[in-house]
Amino acid sequence: MIRISGLHKSFQKNHVLRGIDLEVRQGESLVIIGGSGSGKSVLIKHMIGILRPDTGQILIDGDDISQMSEEDLNAVRKKFGMLFQAAALFDSLSVWENVGFGLKQHTTLSDSAIRRKATERLAMVGLYGVEDLRPSQLSGGMQKRVGLARAIAMEPRILLYDEPTTGLDPINADMINNLMISMREKLQVTSVAITHDMVSAYKIADRIAMLYRGQILQVGTPEEIRDTDNPYVRQFITGQAEGPISKDLEEELMQRGIQ
Amino acid sequence: MLKFLEMLGSRLLRFIEETGKIVQLLLQACRWGIRPPYYLKNAIRQMLEVGVNSIPVVLITATFTGMVLALQTHTGFQRFNAESLVGTVVSLSMTRELGPVLTGLIVAGRAGSAMAAELGTMRVTEQIDALHTLATNPIKYLVVPRILAGIVTLPLMTVLSDIVGIYGGYFVSVRVLHANPTVYLNRTWDYLEFTDIYSGLLKAAAFGLIIALIGSYKGFYTRGGAEGVGKATTGSVVISSMMILISDYFLTAILF
Repeated sequence: MIRISGLHKSFQKNHVLRGIDLEVRQGESLVIIGGSGSGKSVLIKHMIGILRPDTGQILIDGDDISQMSEEDLNAVRKKFGMLFQAAALFDSLSVWENVGFGLKQHTTLSDSAIRRKATERLAMVGLYGVEDLRPSQLSGGMQKRVGLARAIAMEPRILLYDEPTTGLDPINADMINNLMISMREKLQVTSVAITHDMVSAYKIADRIAMLYRGQILQVGTPEEIRDTDNPYVRQFITGQAEGPISKDLEEELMQRGIQ
Repeated sequence: MLKFLEMLGSRLLRFIEETGKIVQLLLQACRWGIRPPYYLKNAIRQMLEVGVNSIPVVLITATFTGMVLALQTHTGFQRFNAESLVGTVVSLSMTRELGPVLTGLIVAGRAGSAMAAELGTMRVTEQIDALHTLATNPIKYLVVPRILAGIVTLPLMTVLSDIVGIYGGYFVSVRVLHANPTVYLNRTWDYLEFTDIYSGLLKAAAFGLIIALIGSYKGFYTRGGAEGVGKATTGSVVISSMMILISDYFLTAILF
């Protein structure tokens, strides 16, 4: 379904992704874990063509999107829905216009039909009577739900989640986890989530991939990750302050200081 | 010395890079602008933002500019008994130069900065990325309507600016300085040619393009959160104001 090979990406001198090879299988829920600055967001933005790789391939259903024209890419993007870290709702539009945005752009449905569809999608994420509100009138958790309703409005086959539980209290975070699981069951979608929330990762993942300094260190089931021998993965999933990740960071800071 | 040259070199490179990006954005806007679907609603919303909401400040500025122009010209021309030509100077100055330039500068400060701030906020809150994920080209959806609004609205506002500026000059000359109204009006129209008006309007359209393009560019490529949005907003006003004044000279040299 999604196959990434040899993916490199740099921003000026900062080499963020250093040869990523990763496969996302049809219907699975893959969670990519990693610390801040490990390249998770950059990786997920490559999957939907917001960023283009310096080298490497990204195959979506066999089509390489890394060299695709913007027009062809837009056709591929219709297979996707994406939930952003801070929801990224359009603040100039009402809630139902946000949810129905894709339908408005890509279908010939009337406004009333789009509104009906938006209301249905909002109900799927547990929101009622918020259609005419502005995004700024909603709480962070509600904004994420609206973001999710917008992501599923066009009935995508792949859902991407960028830090879906970040910034939410534990109860709201778990509600989002449950929604992600129910979306997968109801809509039969493939999902890719990036997070550093291990509670969420264990709950929603079929497989977990650990990204560190632009490379995939390990891919495995939640059980395999939990029982890992890799000291980097172990430090990350147990959330220890001391370990190889901290050592690397200290060395880097010292080098920068010396320079 | 070496450091100075390095700094100079890096600034020159940045300038070339930015110019290239602005031209690229314009070319992409042209490319996407001609293809359906057309976001007319967005364009109309932008026209209201650029035009209608800026009208009061443009009218006040143009009126007082026309008034002070009449006052200053009258004082100067009195020295060689040419007060009767005040109407000519006011009308030619307003239509050829002050109407389009003042309107451009005001809109750059008001609407150009708003464009940079709005698009900049959309960039840092990932709303522009969200447009990509919804298979909608952000240049087509956001930049094209703004450029269209700038090109269409600025000439219309300049017409208003010309009219109230000329009337401001008439008011001061006739009511305050007691010039003969018939002579004043005759002198206003006698030497005013159609080219004075339409070349002023062409300049206004070019300024509209500059304001919308720079505002959109600065917003679209904003980096670095709230601070970045602030810098983009300030940058858009400074750059578009400078570009208006610089291009004004070259456009005048070409058009007149």
